[in-house]
Order: sequence, then structure tokens, then C-alpha cells
Amino acid sequence: MSDLTLKEAALKPDLLASGHRLCAGCGETIIARMILKAARGPTIATSATGCLEVSTSIYPYTAWMVPWIHSAFENAAATASGIEAAWRAMRRKQKGPLSRYETLDIIAFAGDGGTYDIGLQALSGALERGHDFTYVLLDNEAYMNTGIQRSGGTPFAAETTTSPSGKAVPGKKEWKKPIDEIVIAHEIPYAASINPAYPMDVLRKSRKALEADGPAFLHALVPCSRGWRFPPEKTIEVSRLAVQTCIFPLYECRFLEGRPHYELSSPSLAIAKKPESKKPVEEYLRIQGRFNHLFRPEMRVDLISSIQEWVDNRWEMLKEKSGV
Amino acid sequence: MLKAGKHLVLGNVACAEGAIRAGCRFFAGYPITPANEISHHMSIELPKVGGFYLQMEDEIASISAVLGASWAGAKAMTATSGPGFSLMQEGISYAHMTETPCVVVDVQRSGPSTGQATMPSQMDVYQAKYGAHGDYEVVALVPWSVQEMFDLTIRAFNLAEKFRTPVLLMADGVIGHIMEKLVIPEQVEIVDRRRCSSREAMPFGTDDPSRVPEMPLFGEGYRLIVTGSTHRESGFRDESPKYHAMLVKRIREKILKAESEISDSVGYYLEDPKIVVISYGATARPSFGAVKKARKGGLEAGLFRLRTLWPFPDREIRRLAEAAEKLIVVEMNSGKILREVERASRGCSEVLSLPKIGGVLHSVDEIYKAIMEAYQ
Repeated sequence: MSDLTLKEAALKPDLLASGHRLCAGCGETIIARMILKAARGPTIATSATGCLEVSTSIYPYTAWMVPWIHSAFENAAATASGIEAAWRAMRRKQKGPLSRYETLDIIAFAGDGGTYDIGLQALSGALERGHDFTYVLLDNEAYMNTGIQRSGGTPFAAETTTSPSGKAVPGKKEWKKPIDEIVIAHEIPYAASINPAYPMDVLRKSRKALEADGPAFLHALVPCSRGWRFPPEKTIEVSRLAVQTCIFPLYECRFLEGRPHYELSSPSLAIAKKPESKKPVEEYLRIQGRFNHLFRPEMRVDLISSIQEWVDNRWEMLKEKSGV
Repeated sequence: MLKAGKHLVLGNVACAEGAIRAGCRFFAGYPITPANEISHHMSIELPKVGGFYLQMEDEIASISAVLGASWAGAKAMTATSGPGFSLMQEGISYAHMTETPCVVVDVQRSGPSTGQATMPSQMDVYQAKYGAHGDYEVVALVPWSVQEMFDLTIRAFNLAEKFRTPVLLMADGVIGHIMEKLVIPEQVEIVDRRRCSSREAMPFGTDDPSRVPEMPLFGEGYRLIVTGSTHRESGFRDESPKYHAMLVKRIREKILKAESEISDSVGYYLEDPKIVVISYGATARPSFGAVKKARKGGLEAGLFRLRTLWPFPDREIRRLAEAAEKLIVVEMNSGKILREVERASRGCSEVLSLPKIGGVLHSVDEIYKAIMEAYQ
């Protein structure tokens, strides 16, 4: 792997320009910009319908400094598959506009709706066929672009417009879909979780994903101040708490010699080594308005402790898989 | 659920309220602008009346869940907009073949593709008629006000249940998103599907002149086979030419025979018309304003407003074409229902088109000007 230092990254021109219309404090822009910093050269981006797509392409501007194609909601991975297959064919025949590129970084961006739900079929197909591309899941845990509806990525008990909290329903009744395990089960060369609070980790993993020979998957947690209901200046604080409480641990998984190799990344590894530094999940829930009903009018200890149990259980499983 | 009486609500909310009153107890949907408020309202209100709200992983799953719920005995619906309506077409075709009562709401936005996602259009009217594959007859209603979002949703359920067929409510982004007065009556008329009267009843065949078979449900003790493949009256698969022809003929006939009962339109100032404006949904609103303005100026203009797009009111259009000198079709697309009007009027009068693309409504003056020009 060719390392990319923060200094080098800072000096590289942005491939996602400023002046887009994403909300103040949006985690998506921070992550998308950093991932693009890791691009090695020729790059093509595909985008599923979603906040990133809508807000980076409003007339008369585009924030994209690379060729960019917005497909429909369900098919960012399928569109990327087509680009990759065409590039390979052009390379083989030494004909066509893409034939001169020895490497081509094809990056598919999709939200949680476009990945957990409607786009899962296209993603699974692309991973199974083994296209050489990087799929970025920008997980803001609901359909923010259409008005904060629940998705397969929305966590348990979170309030959205279609999982309202009240007497009849306590927010979302189902648990977050284990998308990483689903993706890793496709036996792809590289998968990793990333988070805007840890920029060096993002750069390092993005470069690894782009260099992987075959499909790579980056699962980015991107806090949404509108949908999660926290002040926009707290994006990084919320992101960091997700790692510190182990609700969203940072790790990577490579597929070597016929089996997956999990490895905890340093912020999560530090917690694994020093368990007393793991913060209770309540700290993460309390600063987000979407979990207000867990604390008011009365404290829902039952719901909070079942979330804590879920987090602990999954954290233990991940530690086991990582051999820690 | 809102109480009987007067309310100021969003069109989409009126639709959801109408559905619950019509007996809808199952909603499956997927987020899409500008239909979201129907989902939002259903997710809050359905659990309160013992109903079930499901958010699915996409529109294919949404329509499929609706079909499953309908065979399990629930009155079921989904709501979407253009791109989602495209994804639902296979399921809608299946609903025709299996004669599954359900309601699909399309709050139309401006396409093709993502198009103007937040802006209205009437561009899916042909997709409603021809979007799904195969031979079938469509029932599609089109509301022009918040009140009609409520009334026609109830009618959509009643027609779906009566004729065992999917019914489409072709709303648009304007009607879905305006706030207007809604009057909710104490009682609404509700039609329920005809259940099997005996063990011998055939779920996919009937001697009844309505051509609508009785409907058994899962769990009632029938050995029920529901398949989108060609089937005999019993439900058993038989893809022979004879049975396919019989089945398709019957599922078309049950709608065609009831055309006069289903078809619905409203006329304004049609006593002595020289110019008749023909419109539906949101575009009928400025059309109404333009016709009133023309009447004030002494012009013999009238408005014919479609409340069902399909079945298409051929006879009424023919009658208007014979009585009037010119027909003007006003619609928010490139001119689609225009072709239907041309076909139905059979050259009896000149048919003019006033299309509009761009995600905005016609203004009253635009239509008034077209009336004036047609008059001269």
C-alpha cells in the first residue's frame, strides 16, 4: 500500500469542491471529500439518489471535479459495474477513451436507503461478480433526503417520521441490519468501517479500498444534525462518541487465504485493550433528539439497557473475530 | 384519525384519512417525494385503529406486501410517485391476473427519471393505462382537490373490492401538497369484497353476470392456489390457449361491462358550449378559473373535468365534440389525454392541445388566452 500522509492529502486539490448545498455540519461531505483525497489518479464517481447526489449538483453548479453519474435509487453498484466492465474491455482491446488508464478508481456512493434497502440487490450482484470498485455506504441512518423515514440502517428505538415515538410505537422496533457481515459474507478483498472523527483512519482505509484488487466496501457513519437532532457543531463529537461507546466500532476486514481476517483499528483497539475506557451507550443516545423519548417524560431504562446489551454483545463478537 | 367535521389538511393527509375510513388496515410503502405524507400519516394512525404499517425495502416489495395482505383479508394500499410507480408495474400486472383488490396511489411528479422530484406533473397517465405488461383493463381515478383526495380514495377502495381489481388513484404533486378544507362526514359508504358463499365456489371463475368471482382468503379452509400464471376457475395452472383466452376475456369484461358505473366526470357551464376545456386533476383548477372568466366576458365556454381517467368517458367526449366547435385539452404533460380525446371525438370537432412541461401549473390567463384564440 502506498501511504498517504495528512500533509500530502492537504496539499492535494479537492475532488469534491466547496459550495455544495449539504447542510451545515453534515457528516457526508466530510467523509466524501476525504475519500476522494485518497484517489490515486483517474476517478469516476457514481451516486445513488440521496442527500449527497441532490446537494452536490444543484443548477448551475456541480461540486464534482471528477466525472460523475447519478443513477436511480437502487443501482449505484450496478452502474459502477457497467463502468468497470467497459473499462476492462477497453483495456483488453486497447480501444476507447478509458483504454489508456492503467488504474481507474471507480467509487460508488450511496446512502443507507440505497444500500440496506433498495440497493442491496445491485450491491450483492456487483460484489458477487467481483468488479474492481469501491462502494461507499454513507450511513446517516434514515432517508434524510425525503424527510427522515426509517431505513434498514436506522438503529433500534430511533424516532423517524415513519417510526414515530408515542404510546403505540416506541420509535423503530427493529434492530439495525448487520450490513457489514452481509457484505463480508461475499468474500470480497476489503471492507472497513470509517467515521469523520478519525480522518487519518479514513484516508488510510480509503486508499486500501481503492488499491484492493476487486470490490471494496467502506461503511461510513455520517451523523445528520437534522435527522438525529443535534446542533450542527456537534457532528464530530457525536461521531467520536459512536466509536467510544462501541455502537459503531472501527475495524477492517481483509479476505486472505479463504477466510476473513478482522482487525480492530487503533481507536477501537485502544478500548478493547482498556475496557474501562468504554463509555456507556447512554452518553451517545442522550445528545441526540431522535432518542429524546428514551429520557423524557420518563427514563426508559428498559429500552436503554436493551440497546446497551445489543452493543455489548456485538462488541464482544467483533473482538472475538479480531482475535483480541 | 380525524373526527367528523371540517378540517384544514394536506391533500396527502386527506388521502390517508379516506383510506382508513374506507377500511384500509394495511399500508406498505417506500419513501418518495411527493407522496411521503401519506406514509407518515399512516405510520402514526394505522397502529391506533389496529392496522399495520410496513415500510418496505423498495417499491417492488411494497406492492407485493400489499398483494399478500389483500389475500390475507386486509384492505391494503401503497402510495408512491413516478419512479416507484415504474417499479410497481410488475406487481400491478400480477394484481390484474390474480384479481387482487388493492389501491395504488401515484402522487405524480415531473419525469422522466428523477426529473423534478419536488414538482408536480400529470406525466404518468399513460403509464397508468399501459405501464404493466399484458392485457387488462384499468380503473384510474383523478382528484382535483383535498376533498376529492379523501372521497376518491374511499371510492378507489370500494371499486377495488367490488370488482376485485387494483385501482389507481392518479393524484399529482399539487393536490398532494396543498392545504384545503376537508369535510369528513359522519358515515361513509363502504363496499366489501364478496366472500365465498360455499365450499364449491370458484375463486377465479363465476357465472355471475358481473363476471367478478367470489374471493376466498388464506386461512378459511380452502385449498387456495393463487398464481400469476394462466389458471382455470379453480386456480390450477392451465396455460392452454382456451383457458388463457377465457381468463383474460373475463378480467377485461368485468371492467368493460361496468364502464358506465365506474366512469365519472363533472361538467361546468356545458349548456350551450362553443369551446369546451377538458382537464383533470390540478390543471382543472386554473381551467375552471379561465372558463369562469370567459363566461363573465360573454363567451360560451365550458369545462369538462374527468374524475376517472380510465375507463375513458368515450361517449361523453363524443357528445361534447358533436355539440361544441372546439375542444381544448389542458394537462401538465406533453399532451397525452389529448390523444384519447382525439380518438373519442372522432373528428366531430377540432381538438386543440394546451400542454405544459416544467413542473408548474398553467395560469388562469394562459388558459383564458387559449380560449379566446380558439373563439376567434
